[in-house]
Amino acid sequence: MTNIEELVKQQAELHGTTRESLMPILQAVIRSERFLSEDAMVAIARELDISTADVFGTASFYTFMDTTPKGKNIIRVCKTITCHMKGKDAVIGALEDLLKIKLGQNTSDGKFSLLQANCLGWCHKGPVMLINDEVHPEVTPESAVEVIQGYLKQK
Amino acid sequence: MENKIKKVDLIFEQVDYLEILDRSFKRTQDEIILDIIDSGLRGRGGAGFPTGLKWKFAKNEEADQKYVICNADEGEPGTFKDREILTQVPEKVLGGMALCGKSTGATRGYIYLRGEYNFLLPQLNAAIDKFHEDLKNMNFDFTIEIKSGSGAYVCGEETALMESMEGKRGEPRNKPPFPTTSGYLGKPTSINNVETLVFALMIAKEGPTKFKEMGTFDSRGSKVFSVSGDTPKAGIYELELGMSLEDFVNEFGDGDTKAVQIGGASGFCVARKHFKETVIGFEGIPTGGSMMLFNSTRSMFNILNDYLEFFEEESCGQCTPCRVGCQQLLKGIEAVKKGIRPPSYLDELQKLSDTMRLASKCGLGQSAPNPFNSIINNFREEIIY
Repeated sequence: MTNIEELVKQQAELHGTTRESLMPILQAVIRSERFLSEDAMVAIARELDISTADVFGTASFYTFMDTTPKGKNIIRVCKTITCHMKGKDAVIGALEDLLKIKLGQNTSDGKFSLLQANCLGWCHKGPVMLINDEVHPEVTPESAVEVIQGYLKQK
Repeated sequence: MENKIKKVDLIFEQVDYLEILDRSFKRTQDEIILDIIDSGLRGRGGAGFPTGLKWKFAKNEEADQKYVICNADEGEPGTFKDREILTQVPEKVLGGMALCGKSTGATRGYIYLRGEYNFLLPQLNAAIDKFHEDLKNMNFDFTIEIKSGSGAYVCGEETALMESMEGKRGEPRNKPPFPTTSGYLGKPTSINNVETLVFALMIAKEGPTKFKEMGTFDSRGSKVFSVSGDTPKAGIYELELGMSLEDFVNEFGDGDTKAVQIGGASGFCVARKHFKETVIGFEGIPTGGSMMLFNSTRSMFNILNDYLEFFEEESCGQCTPCRVGCQQLLKGIEAVKKGIRPPSYLDELQKLSDTMRLASKCGLGQSAPNPFNSIINNFREEIIY
């Protein structure tokens, strides 16, 4: 069994194999792999005894369920109105310069993906960015760069 | 000058929620529900359905299993109060859910938490564990579980949320049947906003009178507002309902407020000349709490463009008026701005938005025309030039 099949099996044992377990299983794979590979979706379909198209159809509906490879850390900068007003473009520009990628791309070492997201619910403390599940409100271009440098030092 | 903004402290007040529940569990279902109906509490997520009636409908259904859902899929741009409530007083939310469970006969509750708030999971799960212990000691059968979202605004729509909980694409269902008849897994379900559940608990504590005496005839009680944009006082405030927008702007504006978006991206934009006659509440412009202030340095074209981009991305794509309508509104204003289309094209787009309002399946497509029409009507020149 491959790692991904093992992970799916383990999650199916934890959450069950009814249709309601699909979201928690998809979310667990995302937490571990950051994206849903074809292999992962086939394995999930087999465990839950539904079609792979159903799994893909569900996953592709949700913004946080990427079906293309993503970096180990996903940076999401909020782009909605107040964060836009408070300078999210400058934050994204600084991160693009630091990571040497454009919005929507992954770094070549596979450590980071840089994305935009719709309202993250921190409108009074914009601009805000999420790194995986961790939230960083009121960032400036400088503080955003510092946060990412912290991640770079970690590993 | 008299301060017409009345601050209230019901939501974030620390209370002995177990004592409230203990008292409520000794009452009948009808007694609790009648108090909620009498208080005039209406749903705080934005739609404003009378909470007591919702609970009554769910209670009147016969079923082997009923559910309570706490809608914590707070995705409306400009709204962040539910996150704050779940951070500061999670036990009051859980208490409100148990109260709803008791009143409607449900023994299982779910919190649908948006994926953007995953960082709340450890503390919420700890609160739920403690809550289960407390309920066990009180001999009351009710369990709560968290279901996570994964970044889809439309899942805040109650039936889309249930589809998502069932492991499907978050596409809204046809109504009727309403969730109180056929909700999660086809069972009677009462789904309430985070804030509504806390108010219900507070009404059970204080009785309906205190709540009813606040606000206006149509908008009883108080409401938690999320204030953002061009304001020196961005943040969360619980205020008595029924104030005029002028009073609100005097309190929160930066002295140069040109427009306020009430109710988030799906709400209405009010220009300065209408501040005086605009009432914040169900008789005027209702809001799920989002108040975004814009000063005269802001381009209303950019603001409308942001809103429409938001809807174009978040439309679930299930029904044509919304899927195509959101795209065309966005493309349309860009074309007018660039001079590819004449200014009169905005009138065509307004007709399209009327169609969306009438023909869309759920609140998303029905309300995407709100910011469009209110900004075009108030700031037409900024969209054209």
